[in-house]
Amino acid sequence: MLRYIIKRLIWLAFVLLGLCAITFTLSRIIPSDPAASYLGPRPRPEQVEKVRVQLGLDKPLYVQFAYYMRNLVHGDLGESLRTHRPVLQGIWEHLPASLDLMITAIFIALSVGIPLGVLSAKKENTTLDHLTRLFSVANVSVPSFWLAMIFQIVFFRWLGIFPIGGRIDTVVNLVSPIKQITGFYALDALITGNWAALKSTLSHLILPSITLAAYSTGLIARMTRSTMLEVLREDYITTARAYGISEREILFVQALRNALGPTLTTAGLCFAFMLTGTFFVELIFFWPGLGTYTVNAIFLNDYPVIMGITIIMAVFYVVVNLAVDILLAVANPRIRLG
Amino acid sequence: MVMEIQKTKHNWLNKGREYWRGMNLILKNPLTTFGLGIIIILVATALLAPHLAPYPEQGRGMSNLKERLVPPGFRHPFGTDNLGRDILSRIIIGARTSLKAAIAVVLIVIAIGVPLGLIAGYFGGKVDEIIMRFADMILAFPSLLLAIAIVASLGPNLLNALIAISIPWWPWYTRLVRSQVISLKEMQFVESARAIGASRLRIMFRHILPNCLSPVIVQATLDMGYIILSLASLGFLGLGTQPPAADWGVMVSDGREFFLKQWWISTFSGVAIFLTVLAFNLLGDGVREALDPKIRWRFQRK
Repeated sequence: MLRYIIKRLIWLAFVLLGLCAITFTLSRIIPSDPAASYLGPRPRPEQVEKVRVQLGLDKPLYVQFAYYMRNLVHGDLGESLRTHRPVLQGIWEHLPASLDLMITAIFIALSVGIPLGVLSAKKENTTLDHLTRLFSVANVSVPSFWLAMIFQIVFFRWLGIFPIGGRIDTVVNLVSPIKQITGFYALDALITGNWAALKSTLSHLILPSITLAAYSTGLIARMTRSTMLEVLREDYITTARAYGISEREILFVQALRNALGPTLTTAGLCFAFMLTGTFFVELIFFWPGLGTYTVNAIFLNDYPVIMGITIIMAVFYVVVNLAVDILLAVANPRIRLG
Repeated sequence: MVMEIQKTKHNWLNKGREYWRGMNLILKNPLTTFGLGIIIILVATALLAPHLAPYPEQGRGMSNLKERLVPPGFRHPFGTDNLGRDILSRIIIGARTSLKAAIAVVLIVIAIGVPLGLIAGYFGGKVDEIIMRFADMILAFPSLLLAIAIVASLGPNLLNALIAISIPWWPWYTRLVRSQVISLKEMQFVESARAIGASRLRIMFRHILPNCLSPVIVQATLDMGYIILSLASLGFLGLGTQPPAADWGVMVSDGREFFLKQWWISTFSGVAIFLTVLAFNLLGDGVREALDPKIRWRFQRK
């Protein structure tokens, strides 16, 4: 077990190194001169030369890479070309809003996806199964940016029951402001007993998190269905039936327990995948998180921010992947071979 | 030798019958048939685009400022956009752009992934190790994020978007081909080719490659939906097709400015993306079920 983990950790180190090499290469093939864009419009040549030296751009490439790695190890991702503030600080400030959204979304995805998958497997090849499968494939196929806009038209413009975007109503925030404790608005409002703010936060959270959850819901439902189909054919299920255990208990306790492994792996991947999902969802719902931060950087050609976010998100993705694999190996002795 | 040839012929016949049986299995599922139907319509639309579009020149980008933001009606079934262009025509021409781009990505991915898979599988050892570890490293990235980072640094245009989507994608094909090659290279026909004195290159490309192409083609078809969605997403962020060319993702993004009142611009182009991706994914699901022997057995028993 320990050997497996160590092996995976060594591999992780290699992946991270490769990852940095890739982002470094990308940040050097950018067409515009980093030194010039650092200075803003119409810089003087001698200024450019000075910044060049200051940023270490006059050194050979491998020295630049060494500098780059040294800075990364110290948590220095460079600074934004527009605001001249450290990228890491920007990411740190925008992270809680995104996590708020992502945690709610993964919760929705699991609580809708798993029951749907179980139901679909139970009623295999019936109309109900076909409808459920259509629903899950549709969830996987829908472009989130478009779904978000349709939600806004239906629930904001036509029905008027949900706000169009943002994290909290401006008026509510003025009258009863949220005391920032954890950075998660809903949680902070709950802790401080700020009911008006809690209500406003939740109603702002619903549409974006459902949109973000769509893809994962479909994937989780599909995964649950196919593993449940396999598990339901096993002998111990027949035995359980022979013992007269209720069908509901067989489905949701006996079978689901063994089918849950692959589903949870999928959920872990989905959570990591949501990072890119937030780009589109946050942009449309004016959600002040990492996604909005990134998309603005893309629109403004703010390369250090784009690269910094790429590194952080890729690290997050790789680490979540590894954590899920290790958890599964701990839970299931059959895959300890690695 | 003769017997060998007859045997192969016989195998081909069997294979043909098996394909047919597989096809029947696939079409038994109403969802898969639905997906296949939409794909056929889509391909036909893309092929006949200039003849089908009511205003082909507007579809290609010519503006018509006299009829800005007209709601859906008799003259313009899906309405017009802020430059007065007929949305239906733009969607029809856009079908061609999307399919062409998706096919280009598939070709790039195959051109990189397949030879690497051949080499890794055939040579094995160190070469295999290096290629596959590199592939694993690329797969460790979230693919859309890597694509966005690549276009953002290369500069936004369609060609760069195609490259950017291909780079995170080729390792899947390398893996697929490698596993095929490893089982094929021990087969008799490869050994006899080697005995005759065929060169390594010739064995790899003339003898092994044709035998591992069909899973590659199946995989490529299944990936189309994902590729079209990625292209639309890049287009939506302004990192793909550049205006005035018609692209579904760009159209959804263009409509965003007006969509609470002029809802039709974004809505219809989004429906086009959604239906296309849905169709490919439904077909993919059906094919995967039909190919999986465990599941097939269940199907046949029913």
